[in-house]
Amino acid sequence: MNLDKILRADPHSACRLCRVAVKGLTVTAQGETLLSDVSLHIHCGQLTALVGPNGAGKTTFIRALLSQVPYHGVIEHQDAQGKHFGAIRTGYVPQHFPFDRKMPLTVCDLMASAMSKRPVWLGTGKSTRALARQTLAIAHADSLMERKLGNLSGGELQRVLLALALYPLPDLLILDEPVSGMDQNGLSLFLDVVTELTRSHHLAILLVSHDWAVVRRYADHVVLLDKRVRAEGTPGEVFESPAFRELFPVSAYPEQAEGAS
Amino acid sequence: MDGIYRVMDVLLPADMFRYVFMKNALLAMLLLTPLLALLGTMAVNQRMAFFSDALGHGALAGVGLGMLLGVQNITLSLVLFGLVWAVMISRINRSGSASADTIISVFSSTGIALGLLILSRGGKFSSYSSLLTGDILSVTGTDILWLLLALIAGIVCWVLLYNQLTLTALNPDLALSRGIKTKWVEYAFVCLVAVAVMLAIRWVGVLLINALLILPAAAARNLSRNAAQHSLFAVLISVFSGVTGLILAYQWDTGVGAAVVLVAAVIYFVSYFLGRILNR
Repeated sequence: MNLDKILRADPHSACRLCRVAVKGLTVTAQGETLLSDVSLHIHCGQLTALVGPNGAGKTTFIRALLSQVPYHGVIEHQDAQGKHFGAIRTGYVPQHFPFDRKMPLTVCDLMASAMSKRPVWLGTGKSTRALARQTLAIAHADSLMERKLGNLSGGELQRVLLALALYPLPDLLILDEPVSGMDQNGLSLFLDVVTELTRSHHLAILLVSHDWAVVRRYADHVVLLDKRVRAEGTPGEVFESPAFRELFPVSAYPEQAEGAS
Repeated sequence: MDGIYRVMDVLLPADMFRYVFMKNALLAMLLLTPLLALLGTMAVNQRMAFFSDALGHGALAGVGLGMLLGVQNITLSLVLFGLVWAVMISRINRSGSASADTIISVFSSTGIALGLLILSRGGKFSSYSSLLTGDILSVTGTDILWLLLALIAGIVCWVLLYNQLTLTALNPDLALSRGIKTKWVEYAFVCLVAVAVMLAIRWVGVLLINALLILPAAAARNLSRNAAQHSLFAVLISVFSGVTGLILAYQWDTGVGAAVVLVAAVIYFVSYFLGRILNR
């Protein structure tokens, strides 16, 4: 059976992208090596977790994926046959989202300015409004539509940004420590949505996290990064690896962290 | 223009609008204020109030250089110089080699000094002093047609740019990740502001132009919850200040620009306290 044909026949079933292949990625800035010869695959339909100590180059890796820093090496988008695939759509939920909280902008304004060509100062049309509400609903944020962006809590803002990253539906979704600003309830809602999306829409998801319990529970594949790839595999394999125990000597007991959650 | 004047005679039976220069001033005000107010909303969101100040101060240098180069049309030298000046300020600002307020002070004082140096040669600065305070009562019918064109062109650009500018102003990294060319969006915006400011500066004046750009948008921001309200209130406040200022200046026999800006300033302070009560 030709899998590719089926995928093409129903464009809603899946993105055509199969994996993001990173080969020999090296990033240097001001003579300092931030990433050295990093090679890894981020597969569709999987949640890949990126872990590593502070300064390990996780954010640099993301910026390279987003083409926001110059790099050496290859970042290639491949289809099921391993063939090169053109530009992909990337959704990005940043770790820090500094913005002017006094700016008169509602959640609906934000969504509409990303979804519609009609300028937001002329108001938002009915169909855009409906689309914004549906998209927000995926991240359980539809009740926030009319709230001013600056008045949202950390968790509410993260859900709005997740919803925004889902339109248009990306091939690759990058979540940079999305759980940092969230309460426990928001956290589980958020990650349930993320897991659901990985399965239903065949997205590739890259999650940067320091929360071992979260990684163990949700990740299909874990990459331990410290300037270069130090370990790779299932959560269990990476947490048991010597490299992990070397880099996290104090907190190297992810089993306990999971028990506590 | 005659047709428009006749309509105005019917609509505005007030004594002061019998004069053609007052009709022209009113028309110019109705065209200028909405454009500046709309651009102002984003200048405030982008925290660019001082940028437009430096831009306005560059106008003196623009007129001076235009004169040296033998450009007859003052508006042309203003707009061309404004574009160059705006791109220079943002380029140096983007390079991040010094903080924004420092760069802007440098450009602001350079613009004034260069302009004064050229225009004051032979003690003739007094013939250019109207540039400082503006003179909307000297607007001609041709000027008004240009202002109308500028308003239309400005609104078209504003329709095309606004959403991308909003995302860029909110968070540049987010805008970049969504494929928005933030650098070009920002350049387009500063150029648009440059053209609007330079077209308005002969009528409003170097000293007051920035107030007219920033005050209505800042006042509207205190009162608005969303983007549409921000633009609407800014335009309403701006037009109201413009027309009220013009009438007050006529009654009191004072400069128009000063009266307009004072009205806008009063509205700003009222909005500041109203906003504090509303947000409680």
